[in-house]
Amino acid sequence: MSNYIKLIVLGLIALFAAIGTNYARDLAYQVHALLVMLIAGGLFIWTLRNTDEPDIQIDRSGEYMDGVIRYGVIATAFWGVIGFLAGTFIAFQLAFPVLNFEWAQGYLNFGRLRPLHTSAVIFAFGGNALIATSFYVVQRTSAARLWGGNLAWFVFWGYQLFIVLAATGYVLGGTQSKEYAEPEWYVDLWLTIVWVAYLAVYLGTIIKRKEPHIYVANWFYLAFIVTVAMLHLVNNMTIPVSIWGSKSVIVWSGVQDAMIQWWYGHNAVGFFLTAGFLGMMYYFIPKQAERPVFSYKLSIIHFWALIFLYIWAGPHHLHYTALPDWASTLGMVFSVILWMPSWGGMINGLMTLSGAWDKLRTDPIIRMMVISVGFYGMSTFEGPMMSIRAVNSLSHYTDWTIGHVHSGALGWNGMITFGALYFLVPVLWKRERLYSLQMVSWHFWLATIGIVLYAASMWVTGIMEGLMWREVDANGFLVNSFADTVAAKFPMYVVRALGGVMFVAGALIMCYNLWMTVRKAPAKEASLTVAVPAE
Amino acid sequence: MSKTPDKQPGDPNTTGHSWDGIEEFDNPMPRWWLWTFYATIFWGVIYTIMFPAWPLVHGATAGVLGWSTRENVQQDMVAFEEANAPWNAKLVETSLEDIAKDAELQQYAVNSGGAVFRTWCAQCHGSGAQGAPGFPNLLDDAWLWGGTLDDIVYTVSYGVRNEESDDARYSEMPAFGEILEHDEITQVVQYVMSLSNAQTDDAAAQAGKVVFEDNCAACHGEDGTGDIFQGAPNLTDAIWLYGGSEEALTETVTYSRFGVMPNWDTRLTEAQIRAVSAYVHQLGGGQ
Repeated sequence: MSNYIKLIVLGLIALFAAIGTNYARDLAYQVHALLVMLIAGGLFIWTLRNTDEPDIQIDRSGEYMDGVIRYGVIATAFWGVIGFLAGTFIAFQLAFPVLNFEWAQGYLNFGRLRPLHTSAVIFAFGGNALIATSFYVVQRTSAARLWGGNLAWFVFWGYQLFIVLAATGYVLGGTQSKEYAEPEWYVDLWLTIVWVAYLAVYLGTIIKRKEPHIYVANWFYLAFIVTVAMLHLVNNMTIPVSIWGSKSVIVWSGVQDAMIQWWYGHNAVGFFLTAGFLGMMYYFIPKQAERPVFSYKLSIIHFWALIFLYIWAGPHHLHYTALPDWASTLGMVFSVILWMPSWGGMINGLMTLSGAWDKLRTDPIIRMMVISVGFYGMSTFEGPMMSIRAVNSLSHYTDWTIGHVHSGALGWNGMITFGALYFLVPVLWKRERLYSLQMVSWHFWLATIGIVLYAASMWVTGIMEGLMWREVDANGFLVNSFADTVAAKFPMYVVRALGGVMFVAGALIMCYNLWMTVRKAPAKEASLTVAVPAE
Repeated sequence: MSKTPDKQPGDPNTTGHSWDGIEEFDNPMPRWWLWTFYATIFWGVIYTIMFPAWPLVHGATAGVLGWSTRENVQQDMVAFEEANAPWNAKLVETSLEDIAKDAELQQYAVNSGGAVFRTWCAQCHGSGAQGAPGFPNLLDDAWLWGGTLDDIVYTVSYGVRNEESDDARYSEMPAFGEILEHDEITQVVQYVMSLSNAQTDDAAAQAGKVVFEDNCAACHGEDGTGDIFQGAPNLTDAIWLYGGSEEALTETVTYSRFGVMPNWDTRLTEAQIRAVSAYVHQLGGGQ
């Protein structure tokens, strides 16, 4: 019966997409409509061929649902490499503008590839890492199979479709030009459906948990899912110009629009890249170190303080703009107060290793996780400092901001994800161990030195250009032209791009290592997939 | 099934919870962490009293220091304007040819003009005034509309071929693709190239001389040295605005060119226009 409903829905979607392909007003919409038509049509045929086949029911309610997580791990590694490559390429484009090829103008120039890079690393790499690890962690810490049956598969594939629509949209010019919220209205609507399904799976699993308490990692994951839903809805309130075109108009205007954009933008950092990844940290560090979490009290206080304070910090992106001074002050004050709540996570991560510090010498995965928490601590100190108006007047619009973001993104988000992947692959594919720990070491050092090159060169060039921009002579006349500051940055741009090359090289080594772990590492006998409560 | 973590002697108590083998110590929050957190909150309260911060029904608290970003930048600008006012007045009062005679005034004009140039002119003419294809080099002594200080002030004030200023310098080269035959264009291009001693096909250049005299000499002159009153470039000096290759010249002759410069009289003050003109004049090519 359900198959008949599925067939009707898929048929209607395919038909509507076919009409959309015909009437499309722009290239991005046309390509997307065609893509949706092909996917819906393919699923239609597949469902049709399986209709009235004997339905074999196997009761898997006592087992963890790990298939979708295996796919999530593969997607994380795949999109990670794509995103890092795109980032490295645009870093070279900045250093050598000739790489903005004449034949690819309007498709592969810096302006089109930059959102592709940011979305690929944040939403495709980071998002897949968060979905996969949250599905893993919530099952293990709830001792329950994922709620909702195949809904988890819908979340996974639906999210991949969102990524493909977003990425191809940028290259073809379908963008609403809001940083980190570039996808156009129909992609936003699709993400909303996927995200509600994600929340349902996650919450459903927590509700049917067999443990009396909810583990701290799940608080952070849940805060991430709920807040991102809210941010996404408010910042994407747009009215399409036509249902047959990708262009839409935002309902907010002027400084209100800017304020909402950066309320969204900063909390994308706060809840996507901080809260969500803290959830990851709270599970994988104690597991890998085999030590209890340092302080339960600290985790409660820093969780609630972080959640409450982060949401106010957005205005620090708009110091010295049309934004009123009072809003700017509040953004700055809440950012500075946020310093200790952010560091609470670092303390709990690092101090969990007390009594297991010797593992730093023997276990490169722990080393990866520790340096990740170290970069987290560094960038959550740098962030509040840069939000102070006097510092911001120097750092704003310079490459210092880019360096800050990358020490957080490459150092914290990247390294903790790599650590989690190294932990997960042997477990999910039932291997005794990783293929090669030496390769993990190589990955660790390549990535770490790459990040140091990146961050250091961006500090130098950011502070240099900030000083050059504001330099005036005794009569108040500007000393440097903008082009002078661009020319002066060239050597640092090259160093930055080389840092990127090292980071990509490390990630490729990881992919090879994980691949060989699945192919070659000795299998493990005992199954880890049966859901049993811990107490 | 769950694995108990290695308990070590001297470990504190745990909370008694366990998830997939993960337990939690019942450690207190680190004191330095807690007190730093309190200190930032205390600082935040004080800071929001001192500075504009809390939104009210109409407006927001102004802060006891009376601090305002708009006020601050206004004060800075007024301070510089007041300090420079006597110089600016003198720059406007002094006749153009006398500016260079007053060393101090000339120094002021060049400094402030350089800042104006780097802000408004460098985008097209380059930060070193070296120009770019389609945008004249201002360092050499080849001038389309004249290189005296008066000429430069006029060009900066009203611009070239723009639609905003009625006084803009204006001239228009015809697109000869609609007037001449294909062969004639090829010939005249060869002739123009021969004027600056480029490698040419002598027979074609010879034929092109006739085409040139009939069609081009009216503006560019019999000898091709141009006419600054019409902005007609000198074709004999091997300085090319749009390129001197056969290809570029063929395009120029066939389709013509229409370089535009904005008028700055509505955006810059009289003193700024004089200053930037003095700056450009002393770069090397001023007449």
